[in-house]
Amino acid sequence: MSRLSVRNVSKTYPGLRGAAPTQALLPVSLEVNDNDFITVLGPSGCGKSTLLRLVAGLDVPTGGEILLDGQPVKGPGADRGFVFQSYTLFPWLTVRQNICFGLREKGTSAAEQKEISEHFIDKVGLRHFEDHLPKQLSGGMQQRVAIARALANDPKILLLDEPFGALDNQTRVLMQELLLGIWESARKTVMFVTHDVDEAIFMANRVVVFSARPGRIKADVPVELPHPRHYTIKTSAGFTDLKARITEEIRVETIAAAV
Amino acid sequence: MKLLVGVTSRTRLVLAVAFFAAFLAIWFLITWAEWVPPHFLASPARTLRSGIDLFASQGFLEDIGMTVWRVVGGFALAAIVAVPLGILMGAYKPIEAFFEPFISFARYMPASAFIPLLILWLGIGEGQKLSIIFIGCFFQLTLMVAMIVGSTRRDLVEAAYTLGAKDSGIIRRVLLPGAAPDIAEALRQVLGLGWTYVILAELIGASTGIGHMITDSQALMATDNIIAGIVVIGLVGLASDLLFKKANQLLFPWSLLR
Repeated sequence: MSRLSVRNVSKTYPGLRGAAPTQALLPVSLEVNDNDFITVLGPSGCGKSTLLRLVAGLDVPTGGEILLDGQPVKGPGADRGFVFQSYTLFPWLTVRQNICFGLREKGTSAAEQKEISEHFIDKVGLRHFEDHLPKQLSGGMQQRVAIARALANDPKILLLDEPFGALDNQTRVLMQELLLGIWESARKTVMFVTHDVDEAIFMANRVVVFSARPGRIKADVPVELPHPRHYTIKTSAGFTDLKARITEEIRVETIAAAV
Repeated sequence: MKLLVGVTSRTRLVLAVAFFAAFLAIWFLITWAEWVPPHFLASPARTLRSGIDLFASQGFLEDIGMTVWRVVGGFALAAIVAVPLGILMGAYKPIEAFFEPFISFARYMPASAFIPLLILWLGIGEGQKLSIIFIGCFFQLTLMVAMIVGSTRRDLVEAAYTLGAKDSGIIRRVLLPGAAPDIAEALRQVLGLGWTYVILAELIGASTGIGHMITDSQALMATDNIIAGIVVIGLVGLASDLLFKKANQLLFPWSLLR
């Protein structure tokens, strides 16, 4: 049985002041298996983030249903970790307190909180920064804390909404390797939304390509590149072939979205 | 001068002192040249002497204590009700929809216009003074707190939900800490409002307080005493303002980071 089932899920936003309603997402179906790392790729405004928010329970679908381990999703919860594109660390809490936010909410003992946060501080390379406030960190560091904060809850699935979108290119590549490294060792189920073709292929074992709005799934491309992956894989023949194919798919959609 | 570029604390102090000095100089010049008669505007030196005399032999400290007590009392009563109500209004939109229109209306009713009514209802005792300050501060503060809490960053709230927080946890661990520095700032501003209302309350029907001393001095044409009283109000207000600012810096160091 798959970990996450998205069944005919659609989303329509009501029109403002009598305007026609906006169809953000046509009925979409998607199965995500345990330990899958799927990336959802599409042009801006195609509804890929909408789908992710529906899975997180932050928005309610207009139609269809979403099942996590067979249980219907009814709202947000600690079993689905979420990393936002914007910096959403609590500015009044230190790095460690941010990482422990969900644990404290669960009532985890102080000793256990300490142990888990230590583990993740090392994992995302923020040793010696654990008592810093978010505003004292760079954007890349803040997103690493956000990943650690989501993972500390030990969610069933990790949802990431263009988490590296606001970072410079070099930092973004390092962050991709870091997240991939965490996934390779911890084997979490991950759903990662991006509009960057390289990023989508490099991270994933499946790339789901979205059409222009209203969004629907246009292609579901398996990525059979070996693990562990090193950034040099981006120049391999297998990678470039996939990139050529997916770029063509997405190009058509970007043109459609632009006109 | 560069747009929006800050100055060092030394420059800031020098500039601030410079304005006070210029103000004093102009005041001195006007009275020294006798452009206005002394019984309309006392000179800085005479005002200072009268001020010292007020403290030394006329029990002015008691008046100040009385006034401070009234401001703090009325302000604290208003804050005790306004802050929790404002938080609930900001957090829960139906509660806001219930209270907000009335409070917005009540806010425009001038507290000073209630003085005759309050004297009829409560006499001229302390209850009446506290009530005026309460009315003057309460509505304003409630709306400010509701707006602050209502403008909590939605992405932080969503992040807390995805970390497993429930509504009570969101209020306690996201809305309150996030709004606290701005609420403290609103309290600081409303305390200033309290100072204007207390003097108003004391101008009518009081036997103690700075405002009372000022009305008494008016009858005697003692402009030196009036000005000394006004300056003292300014100084006490400034001191309370600085205390508030300092406390906010100590309590919410994270909010000062850019």
